[in-house]
Amino acid sequence: MPTFVRTDKCDGCKGQDKTACMYICPHDLMKLDKDGSETGHAMKAFNQEPDQCWECYSCVKICPQQAIEARHYADIVPLGGSVQPLRGTDSIMWTIKFRNGTMKRFKFPIRTTPEGSIDPYAGKPAADMSKIDQPGFFCQENGYREGDRSELINL
Amino acid sequence: MAGEFGNPEVVEEEVDILLIGGGMACCGAAFEIMRWAEGTDLKIRLVDKAAMDRSGAVAQGLSAINTYIGSEQDPADYARMVSNDLMGITRDDLAYDLGRHVDESVHLFEEWGLPIWKLDENGERHNGAEGLTPLKDGGKPVRSGKWQIMINGESYKWIVAEAAKKALGIDNIQERVFIVKLVNDKNDKNRIAGAVGFSTREHKVFVYKFKACLLAAGGCVNLFRPRSVGEGQGRAWYPVWNAGSTYSMAAEAGAELTLMENRFVPTRFKDGYGPVGAWFLLFKAKATNAFEEVYMERNKEMLDDYPPYGQAAVPASCLRNHLMLKEMKEGRGPIYMDTVTALANLRETLSPREVKHLEAEAWEDFLDMCVGQCGIWVGENIEPEKKNSELMPTEPYLLGSHSGCCGIWVSGPTDVGAPTDEEYDGVPEHLPKGWNWGYRGMTTVQGLFTAGDGVGASGHKFSSGSHAEGRMCAKSMVKYCLDNPDLKPELDTPVEDLVAEIYKPVKNYLEHKDYTTAIDVNPNYITPRMLQFRLQKIMDEYVAGVATYYTTNAKMLAVAGEKLDMLKEDAEKMRAKDLHELLRAWENYHRILTAEAHMKHIEFRQESRYPGFYYRADYNLVDEENWKCFVNSIYDKETKKWTCFKRKHVDLVDKSKLFK
Repeated sequence: MPTFVRTDKCDGCKGQDKTACMYICPHDLMKLDKDGSETGHAMKAFNQEPDQCWECYSCVKICPQQAIEARHYADIVPLGGSVQPLRGTDSIMWTIKFRNGTMKRFKFPIRTTPEGSIDPYAGKPAADMSKIDQPGFFCQENGYREGDRSELINL
Repeated sequence: MAGEFGNPEVVEEEVDILLIGGGMACCGAAFEIMRWAEGTDLKIRLVDKAAMDRSGAVAQGLSAINTYIGSEQDPADYARMVSNDLMGITRDDLAYDLGRHVDESVHLFEEWGLPIWKLDENGERHNGAEGLTPLKDGGKPVRSGKWQIMINGESYKWIVAEAAKKALGIDNIQERVFIVKLVNDKNDKNRIAGAVGFSTREHKVFVYKFKACLLAAGGCVNLFRPRSVGEGQGRAWYPVWNAGSTYSMAAEAGAELTLMENRFVPTRFKDGYGPVGAWFLLFKAKATNAFEEVYMERNKEMLDDYPPYGQAAVPASCLRNHLMLKEMKEGRGPIYMDTVTALANLRETLSPREVKHLEAEAWEDFLDMCVGQCGIWVGENIEPEKKNSELMPTEPYLLGSHSGCCGIWVSGPTDVGAPTDEEYDGVPEHLPKGWNWGYRGMTTVQGLFTAGDGVGASGHKFSSGSHAEGRMCAKSMVKYCLDNPDLKPELDTPVEDLVAEIYKPVKNYLEHKDYTTAIDVNPNYITPRMLQFRLQKIMDEYVAGVATYYTTNAKMLAVAGEKLDMLKEDAEKMRAKDLHELLRAWENYHRILTAEAHMKHIEFRQESRYPGFYYRADYNLVDEENWKCFVNSIYDKETKKWTCFKRKHVDLVDKSKLFK
């Protein structure tokens, strides 16, 4: 389902040098048509290579205007359904519409800490350089599985 | 003037360590490395062709962490499982080492904010945001299988990237730069000295010099013609942006590859390629032929053809495909996942609260990691409790972190009894003999490290294991740099030659574009898109793609070889009309080399080691006597030729325990 950008909602991220969708697309698909020469719609983004779209929804989720949706792969999927998320800071809500009109809504948590709050080394020890040659990492999180050495048959 | 299309500005930088890629492996490395590098003055930089928040195989999210050992299992159990799933030929040293480290990373993910499902004291399931005890402190995960745990993983990569970015510092990260070529050292061709790439946003070429680098740029997707060839070709099972860059760049730098004949052909929900793991393992669904017969039972005697790999409690993945393909070939398709029966059965045994969550769980499984599958369900009016869904084996994929084991031959741990010598003749003299040569995760090229999909002969690392493997490399790379303080990398190729090579597709375009009126039809160049179609057609028709039910033979491979030779020549005539197309041009160059390695390895291995993934019709057996060994190779970038050879396989843990 390539994503598409709605002309009535996209504001080209207000003329910044890159749009949110261009920033995030893992496959470099989203492009801002600055002068309208490619799409007829100046200062709006578009998916420049729809048949390379993985449908990862990264652009859909990040768009500040909710201007991006997906129209499911036309060579596979009957028309009429839609799957649209609204991603917040701690959860994501999905609105799912079937071709026959059935609707479903789901909400799932996405993280348990505030976005941007990770302090990677807070409360963690410095690395012990004398152990750089040994198994294990600089910090121990109670997850190292020493294992039963008798399982190693060549020792 | 530099900085224009066709005349890029050249940016030269010297660092100590370069991390190439921004996926789970490099995020792990970024987190681990800054602590070991503290006070050393080592300069470390990361380059990603995309944005780290959503790059790599976990970009979309995941609904499970597929490798979590837990305190109740032993790394040796894990190494055994990996070995059997990959038909007996894996490096136990690498799998065992990963098994003992991987949970450390999972515990960090939870600390950083990844919601991990939990079981309460009554055995009921809860989502990961309900504040139950963390895994680190003894909380019980929801196991969807022996090794897998369920998560609310929509933001999995976002969270892991946040920690990596904070650790590394934003000034040390360069996004939207695609590294396309490694450069060897002028004074030692078996040492790495640099890497070159280009910005996909500005007219700039980046030339890095370094002592060490971690090359972790994913597996290879779309080297075979996919089942969907219209818009749906984007719906690859593995991320469509994984272009074989890891394998091809390492090969050109002289690194030894291993088991490049291995591939993964996942059986997934048809067309959307939605995950089946939770359906099989958590919801206990069965896969059937069109006549409601469970093919794993109907055809179970076929497993006896492949002792002992078919006789474990969970037969190897390829053999499960093998049993399914019989149904398809004999006309008993379509194949279905019986979701209706599975959900009806669950409703009988679960508590009312759990039943309420069951439907949401089933949908979340897709929404977290494969929204496209939901797209197909809504378009076709499929509600899993009312209508079964089709399953289909996909086009082949090459990878080393999921249920595949192709990749690069790396140095393993020294404390698990790995061989220190090589018993087989024919291994080129300059290559190491045993399974470890000083630095964990280093390839056979000095200073070149890899992790995740890059590491061959292991597999089943998945997201968490790739992160942990990146962390192991981080330590080794710091040690390598500290051990070699006087190393002064010197590129073996002049910078202007490298720039010219990288921008050749742009030059091809600018020189010839006005020769014809139709921009895409020109005898002087080929578009990256058409080149990719040509590659996919060759691979599909001659190298055991879906067109032949994954079957090939020596004659077909020879034809493929001729065609690939010409394709490789024509790759020099690829055009790029803009930076986006230059990205595609180099991705496809990487795909060609990876595909060639795959073909050469299949040609060399005169047996069918992975029935269900591919068959050599001329050697349609698993030949334990002659081929229970690694097939490794090196590539000569001057002659553009591959050399394949055997290395002896050795068990480091007792595999017979699988069959008791």
